[in-house]
Amino acid sequence: MKKPSLARAFVAAAALAFAGCSGAGGRPSASGPEAPAVRIPQNRWTPDKQARHALDRLGYGPLPGEAEAVARSGVAAWIRRQLSPGGIEDGAVDAKLHGLPTLGMTVPALFREFPRPQDVAKANEIEKDGPEAREKVKDLMPPEKRPAVIAHELAAAKLVRAVESRRQLQEVLVDFWFNHFNVFDGKGEDRWMVGAYERDAIRPHVFGRFRDLLGATASHPAMLFYLDNWMSTREGLRGINENYARELMELHTLGVDGGYTQEDVREVARSFTGWSLVPPRGGAPAAKGPLANLEPGTFVFRPRAHDAGEKRVLGTAIPAGGGRNDGELVLDLLARHPSTARFVATKLCRRFVADDPPPALVARVAAVFARTDGDLRSVYAAIFSSPEFWSDEAYRAKTKTPLELAASSVRALGGSVDPAQAGPLARQVALMGQPLYKCPPPTGWADIADAWVGAGTLMNRLGFGAALAAGKIPGVTADPARIASGAPDPVRVAALALGGPDFQKK
Amino acid sequence: MDSHRDRRFFLKSSGLALAGLGFAPGFLTRALAATDPVRRKVLVTIFQRGAVDGLSMVPPVVEPAYAAARPGIAIPPPGAAEGAAFDLDGHFALHPALGALRPLWTGGSLAVVHAVGSPDPTRSHFDAQDFLDAGTPGVKSTADGWLNRALQASPEPGATPLRAVALQPNLPRSLSGRAAALSMNAISEFGVRGGRAGEALAVRLSQEYAAAPDRGLRTTGREAFDAVRILREANPARFTPRQGAGYPAAPIGQRLKQIAQLIKADVGLEIAATDCGGWDTHAGQGGAQGQLSNRLRELGDALSAFSTDLCERMADVCVVTMTEFGRTVRENGTRGTDHGHGSVMLVLGGGVRGRRVVARWKGLKEQDLFEGRDLAATIDHREVLGEVLASHLGVRDLAAVFPGFTAREPVGLF
Repeated sequence: MKKPSLARAFVAAAALAFAGCSGAGGRPSASGPEAPAVRIPQNRWTPDKQARHALDRLGYGPLPGEAEAVARSGVAAWIRRQLSPGGIEDGAVDAKLHGLPTLGMTVPALFREFPRPQDVAKANEIEKDGPEAREKVKDLMPPEKRPAVIAHELAAAKLVRAVESRRQLQEVLVDFWFNHFNVFDGKGEDRWMVGAYERDAIRPHVFGRFRDLLGATASHPAMLFYLDNWMSTREGLRGINENYARELMELHTLGVDGGYTQEDVREVARSFTGWSLVPPRGGAPAAKGPLANLEPGTFVFRPRAHDAGEKRVLGTAIPAGGGRNDGELVLDLLARHPSTARFVATKLCRRFVADDPPPALVARVAAVFARTDGDLRSVYAAIFSSPEFWSDEAYRAKTKTPLELAASSVRALGGSVDPAQAGPLARQVALMGQPLYKCPPPTGWADIADAWVGAGTLMNRLGFGAALAAGKIPGVTADPARIASGAPDPVRVAALALGGPDFQKK
Repeated sequence: MDSHRDRRFFLKSSGLALAGLGFAPGFLTRALAATDPVRRKVLVTIFQRGAVDGLSMVPPVVEPAYAAARPGIAIPPPGAAEGAAFDLDGHFALHPALGALRPLWTGGSLAVVHAVGSPDPTRSHFDAQDFLDAGTPGVKSTADGWLNRALQASPEPGATPLRAVALQPNLPRSLSGRAAALSMNAISEFGVRGGRAGEALAVRLSQEYAAAPDRGLRTTGREAFDAVRILREANPARFTPRQGAGYPAAPIGQRLKQIAQLIKADVGLEIAATDCGGWDTHAGQGGAQGQLSNRLRELGDALSAFSTDLCERMADVCVVTMTEFGRTVRENGTRGTDHGHGSVMLVLGGGVRGRRVVARWKGLKEQDLFEGRDLAATIDHREVLGEVLASHLGVRDLAAVFPGFTAREPVGLF
């Protein structure tokens, strides 16, 4: 009985482990079924106003002249194209991102190419820790080989895409879902895994099914590491760690009032015991036997760590002996739970419509989520076709996040970002309160105005607008005349426009 | 008397300077009316977000159940050969990484409140933080925070925009509400760069924000530009830390350093709030050394430096730490602790009756634990916070600050 199940577990683990390496998951599902219809309800808005609203909410704001162009060619058609980004040519951005080699690398390759300081020390037989040893290790790590390169390239790619990608909705959604399933780049080994997480677990699924997105995040080493599940075991070994189980229900699916108990947290944690990763050298002892050829930073199911007993989650029994599949059954249960439909609908409506989304809209969107079994494109289309999205109450009612302010400012000046020199722009975004990929708690960044505009961050916003208009942010080209055409002092006019209250809203 | 004269002089000269720039010096006339030679009381709140393990901060070392529940992470008792905790009162001890606080304890200005927490049983960080910030456990619809209601309960018509300040990028929920409060990551953010052109730009932008249709932006804009003017005149950065006040480089150190500067610069600060993170120790928590001890050392060193820096001015200052909940009594499977219930608060200041661990202690025996696993919270956060507001800041209407709540009996911190 035991042998075949072990073998099955290994095959499953290996398949998963290598799925991330091929990069084959990277195609958006957009080339598949046709995008659902989007209808803009009748209202008094001019086409220009509709276009500006769509560009501000579905993307990172209009380029010079873009609102007028979208208004001419049809706002609904533009939204439909954004819902099927595979059909939007984006070769210029792809070419630009080729200059950032870590974006395409697997996690094991990143660990190899950008070794951790302790691995460098070990490889060079530097034994004692201390200032002298650290200096020696540092000398052995040329700047282009330091792990910080990974984070720099990741932030650069995010900024280039937000500013220049023509698949604007896709980039907004990748940002939204990454934040929903937040992972903090500053937690230990996650620095090597966060980029792959966005690329392999988030990006391929943002136009797909919620269940696929959920499953991809649950089994990704970045998440397993971030919320500690990789170390959680059945009682008798190390024992349970509840961290992932709780956040899975509170933040990823049901919501805090979604109707689960402490007992459910425990049972979910038991179900996910054994969902682990192969730690980089120097961590737990390397796996033996058939798992030994798996590379560091990949998913592995550890049958011995798994609690094989029966579990009961939200009133549903999970029979004993399910192995890795216990976790999948829990994800099935959670993805189809009505609380999840409501919670995800609320968050999406908050992102796209209003800080306090109208309950009637949330209910309708949740119903679409439930009816389509979590088909996200149908859910987005329902929001973009709703009278609430196109209402006067929603127009310019949202406050831009620092990333949105930065990207929309560069776009408004018709600018571009040098991927090799995006650090200064990334630092500006951090100064305004949103260091990229560096949100420590699993809640992700808040999506309401109050979280973003304090007196200090407002001053930094104004300072950013002034610096951008004056051409004082290295790595960014921007032309103030694009927003201040004909003005005798375009720098000043652009600084006023970007720093003014209207531009803080979207 | 000196400070009185200085203040008047500063107000007069800054009024002139700003009039020249075309600013309406309304806040200055208000401040002039409120000119008060009496040094004001200041409350500093530190929120340890992420749920600090109170049983490591202030371990009940004499209870056998303590070490038994934590084979890998218990703090060794006083007298142990390595990593021993400092004895406080024979029952409780202080984590060795908090050693910088010992002189404050011995000097009688530091009190510990133990087994303190919320009557709400949630183990969600987000909910528990929200409840504590709102000051209304179990109620999610509360619109404002407890610190903001404290400001509302003792309105000060001449208050400067720096009466309530959060030293962090965004205003915490505790300070949000009808009363003015502002947040800053660093005092240095409040400068207008770019010389005369920069100043002209600031004047124009301040007018635009004053006319902004968005209420939030209008309010924040006014506060920000008022603060710019005041800080330009007061220049808190000239107050370098007193000799011997070694603030750690960690964010909590730099934030407390700047709070001290605002206090010394006399800009009207009454409430300062700041967050301090890194307490969610699910894995590899460590004991006398390790992850948690590193965070505690930063906090302890920062508080000690703050106290040294302000010196006699600490008589007017009260610092309170809080956290959303504690952590499981038993160590979990990954040498850490999961979300629990009761935890610890520190209360530090000139007026505090210190050198005491205040607790309605039940102990760590299985039958005494909350839901069979966590330290029970026998003192409500609001009992402590209410007493601080009433005794230190003189807030009278506590019912307005903590609606529906009355303390059973005084905690006796003052």
